[in-house]
Amino acid sequence: MALLEIRDLHATVGDREILKGIDLTVNAGEVHAIMGPNGSGKSTLAQVLAGRDLYHVTSGSVVYDGKDLLELDPEERAREGLFLAFQYPVEIPGVSNLYFLKAALNNVRKHQGLEELDAMDFLNVVREKMKLMEMDQALLNRPVNTGFSGGEKKRNEIFQMAVLEPRLAILDETDSGLDIDALKLVAKGVNALRSPERSMIVVTHYQRLLNYIVPDYVHVLSDGRIVKSGGKELALQLEESGYAGLGIFDEEEAVGKA
Amino acid sequence: MTAATEQIGSWLEQFTNQEKSRFQNLREAGFKRFAELGFPTTHDEDWRFTNVAPIARTQFRVVPAAAGFRFAGADSVVANGPQFDPARLAKEPNPFVALNAAFTGQPIVLRVPKGAILDEPIEIMHAAVGADGPVAVHPRILILVGANSQCAIIERYAGTGLYLTNAVTEIVADEGAIVEHYRIQQESAEAYHVSTVRATLGRSAVFGSHSISLGGALVRNDATVVLSEGTEATLNGLYIANGTQHIDNHTTIDHAKPHGTSHEMYKGILDGKATAVFNGRILVRKDAQKTDSKQTNKNLVLSDEAVINTKPELQILADDVRCTHGATIGQLDTESMFYLQSRGIGRADARNLLTYAFAQDIIDRIKVQSLRDSLERVLFEKFHEHA
Repeated sequence: MALLEIRDLHATVGDREILKGIDLTVNAGEVHAIMGPNGSGKSTLAQVLAGRDLYHVTSGSVVYDGKDLLELDPEERAREGLFLAFQYPVEIPGVSNLYFLKAALNNVRKHQGLEELDAMDFLNVVREKMKLMEMDQALLNRPVNTGFSGGEKKRNEIFQMAVLEPRLAILDETDSGLDIDALKLVAKGVNALRSPERSMIVVTHYQRLLNYIVPDYVHVLSDGRIVKSGGKELALQLEESGYAGLGIFDEEEAVGKA
Repeated sequence: MTAATEQIGSWLEQFTNQEKSRFQNLREAGFKRFAELGFPTTHDEDWRFTNVAPIARTQFRVVPAAAGFRFAGADSVVANGPQFDPARLAKEPNPFVALNAAFTGQPIVLRVPKGAILDEPIEIMHAAVGADGPVAVHPRILILVGANSQCAIIERYAGTGLYLTNAVTEIVADEGAIVEHYRIQQESAEAYHVSTVRATLGRSAVFGSHSISLGGALVRNDATVVLSEGTEATLNGLYIANGTQHIDNHTTIDHAKPHGTSHEMYKGILDGKATAVFNGRILVRKDAQKTDSKQTNKNLVLSDEAVINTKPELQILADDVRCTHGATIGQLDTESMFYLQSRGIGRADARNLLTYAFAQDIIDRIKVQSLRDSLERVLFEKFHEHA
């Protein structure tokens, strides 16, 4: 059985339809890349899956692990093992990373019927993961994402993912704004988390990230629909010919040409 | 009899029946001024958003404020100091200050000697009990801080039942003194709390004011700080109101001399049908060149029915100064809510966490660790009870 089944998904923001019928099946252990020009709906898809109420699903279905995903609140999705690495991680002054992540992990553990961790046990859990992401432990006492550089924020997202151990991770343009060293580090963290039980959806504008996180499948999104699907070679093809080679343009450009 | 004279009349009898004391002249000057002014109404600009009619209408039984410890020279300060000069009251603008003087009992007088460094904060605890009908207490505190000395003073207010606290605190800091003043107001849910803090700061003095308002049904705080040359004043405030609470903070920062610095940050959290007022007056006098003043008021409004009135009032008479001010009124950030929820944190917990975080940076500015810890616990519980 597929871990995630998206069928004919339509979603709007305000009066505008952004997703115009998405179909996607993700099995356990698979890594799917979703590529597409700006404005094609990539980030909307990621946010809809995570439950952002800014978007309204007008039709279609999403079944996750046998459950109707769209019926669940964002926190319930997270507790069921869905994780979104944000394109723009949110700064939360006044809440320490430590408190935040401990609360998050304990909510997930509680849902799974596991015992909640105290501060000491929690530190033992995170120490290894911090090493993986080459993060300074002092960062735990800093407020969530506050004063972090762009690279630190993205690293913090993957670190959170490592701690929460989701079954389905959605990485929303985790590569954007990263220099090559930071990109390699983030990819290393992601690759360390690949497993036969864990699926990933990697949303990206550029092929570059996929040199380091090699996907099983690549889908090209354009104007709210998946217009082409293939293996990892599709990403390379895109790199050579660009989206224009497939007859796909940035949303704004397309409008300009009409 | 008009309502106003009736309201004053209820205090007159108790005023007249007080046992005679050495403060007789001060009391008489106070009551005379109070009778002239009467209780303020919402027609007074300074009281536009704060209706003290519930206080004016209530018959309070005056009980003595707790007599504090006093230093050896206190009597001469009281006898000769300008702070207890009856003549001063003739020009007193605030009727509550005049009323406080009319019921002067045993003022608390603290003096930190020149050059003294106090390792531990001085804590003054006011506890009121409104039993057998409403009572009124009129605490009076004078803090004299000698040149180049250093101290922290904590005033705490708490109680049970229905009562009025009408407190007046005066602080005089000499040249180079470093003073941290904390006011922690946790009055009962029925209580009325009116306070006046006036600080006169000497040359190069460093003054920190921390005003935390958590309790009380009807609260009005007036804080006035007068700076001298090179004085540095920081005013931090936090007010948290729920239900039908009303909390009004009026602050005045008076830059009287050049090179003064003032930083003011007041934050409010309002829920239910609570109302609050922030009125921040900054006066930069003609002489006060090179003044650097920054005022910020941030409000988090958690319900549709809560109301905040915020108003900066800048009077700048000098030309070479830097003064900035800003006020914000907002709800919880939806992006932050979603971020927390997307990590498995439930909606109610996320809301509490963000509310707590909003208050946190004011608490973080408290330098007395034990006080900071105890307030953190109070806030943490506060934001988990109505989850």
